[in-house]
Amino acid sequence: MRGATRALAAAVVLAAATALSACERETRRFSEQPPAAAPVSAVVMSDLQPGPSTPDLPMRSAYEENAWAVGEGKRLYGAFNCSGCHANGGGGIGPPLMDEAWIYGDAPENIFATIVEGRPNGMPSFRGRLGNQQVWQLVAYVRSLSGKVAKDVAPGRSDHMYVSPQEQETRDTTPVRSSTPPGAVTP
Amino acid sequence: MIEWSGLHSALDPFGPQAARVHGLWRFLWIVSLAVYVLVIAALAWAALRRRTPAEADPTPRPAAEVAGPALRTTIVGATVATVLILFVFLVVDLATGRPLTAAPRGGRGALEIEVTGHQWWWQVEYPSSRPDLRVVTANEIHVPTGRPVVVTLTSTDVIHSFWPPSLVGKRDMIPGEKTSVWFQADTPGVYRGQCAEFCGYQHAKMAFQIVAEPAEQFERWMARQRDSARTPADSLALRGQEVFLATSCVMCHTVRGTPAGSRIGPDLTHLASRRTIAAGSLPNTRGALAGWIVDPQSIKPGTRMPSNQIEPDDLQALLAYLESLK
Repeated sequence: MRGATRALAAAVVLAAATALSACERETRRFSEQPPAAAPVSAVVMSDLQPGPSTPDLPMRSAYEENAWAVGEGKRLYGAFNCSGCHANGGGGIGPPLMDEAWIYGDAPENIFATIVEGRPNGMPSFRGRLGNQQVWQLVAYVRSLSGKVAKDVAPGRSDHMYVSPQEQETRDTTPVRSSTPPGAVTP
Repeated sequence: MIEWSGLHSALDPFGPQAARVHGLWRFLWIVSLAVYVLVIAALAWAALRRRTPAEADPTPRPAAEVAGPALRTTIVGATVATVLILFVFLVVDLATGRPLTAAPRGGRGALEIEVTGHQWWWQVEYPSSRPDLRVVTANEIHVPTGRPVVVTLTSTDVIHSFWPPSLVGKRDMIPGEKTSVWFQADTPGVYRGQCAEFCGYQHAKMAFQIVAEPAEQFERWMARQRDSARTPADSLALRGQEVFLATSCVMCHTVRGTPAGSRIGPDLTHLASRRTIAAGSLPNTRGALAGWIVDPQSIKPGTRMPSNQIEPDDLQALLAYLESLK
């Protein structure tokens, strides 16, 4: 009897926790000033720092825990023609985004800097052309391409009219030869 | 109805198509009213009449036996009348529906317009085989009076529905497919239209205007819309153009005659000539425009236009520029 009560209580707690986390995942924050992300200056462009070396606090982007933000990122990825160079993540003129090779780092702030500042040999700078919120949504989507966001956040299906497996489902992709800038170190 | 938003009522037809729909509605209404009055009268008569001696007899007996052949006659009569009325409705309905969907008479002289639904605005295109005669605008459809207008409809995201009730009934806009509807406005005026298929957060704020005007006035409007935007003469508006091209505006909007050529949001080449902004949500005034640019998410939560952080001086210049896009 006691065991049954305990099991029931556990089930209720589990259900509540699941429901609450789902709420967070599904919230659509239309008009927020991006948190941590607000100023572009939050992105560090140099390894040098004043004084003795201290650890950097890894950045956490709330956008990566939100299904709507990732979905919006996907829409913007198409709208702003990221696919013109990166294709749907597989690369082409630009490097692929769905593999584990990151020339300029895979942390959210690295990708943010890549979009805002641009990179040598082709990546344009979107500074001033995009709001921070949009950039962070793009960052969340780009990271979802290589499975860096939780599975329940990544879209379960594509918004396209034709049926194809969504990017997050793609497995064992061999990176194509991309336009890696000479001298860039690939991890 | 607010002055800038226009007429919006299926009971106020302003063209042959809407008149057909209204005629059907009026016929159904009058017949239904007659049936209702008859039924209520029969009910009142049954409730108020004096009982016959046979009915007053408390011994329980089947109803058919008490009422006699009158009951049978009444039931058969009412059933036949109902079937007959519904059949007449069906015939009248089909007779109304056929000309509604058929091509307009004298179809060659019809004006062709392509309307594309987006979440949550309408792209309006006047196609032409000559690219320089093509006109692209948004949320405001100008038509000449007394001439049939054939509208080809499609959508880029979800299903929308084109519905200017004062001129014609609804027609769905389906992604990847083309549907069409035609209407004719007999009287000059501004007619309001609305998306009539739930399409997401801002479905309710997805409206458009149909501006019907005499032919020569319409041609003048077309000629002006074909022009590219002129480079503004005064320095404030010129500064505004720089702001437009250097900030997030340029990522989604087109202003013909400038490098801005993105087709994600509405074409703004002749923004100042329109009556409303944000798909009929706000009148096109300087204040509304400013509020919309800075914080569209408070006015239409979820709209694709992001909030923009913009310096006050830059905003004033940008507004001056947008107001110069006549």
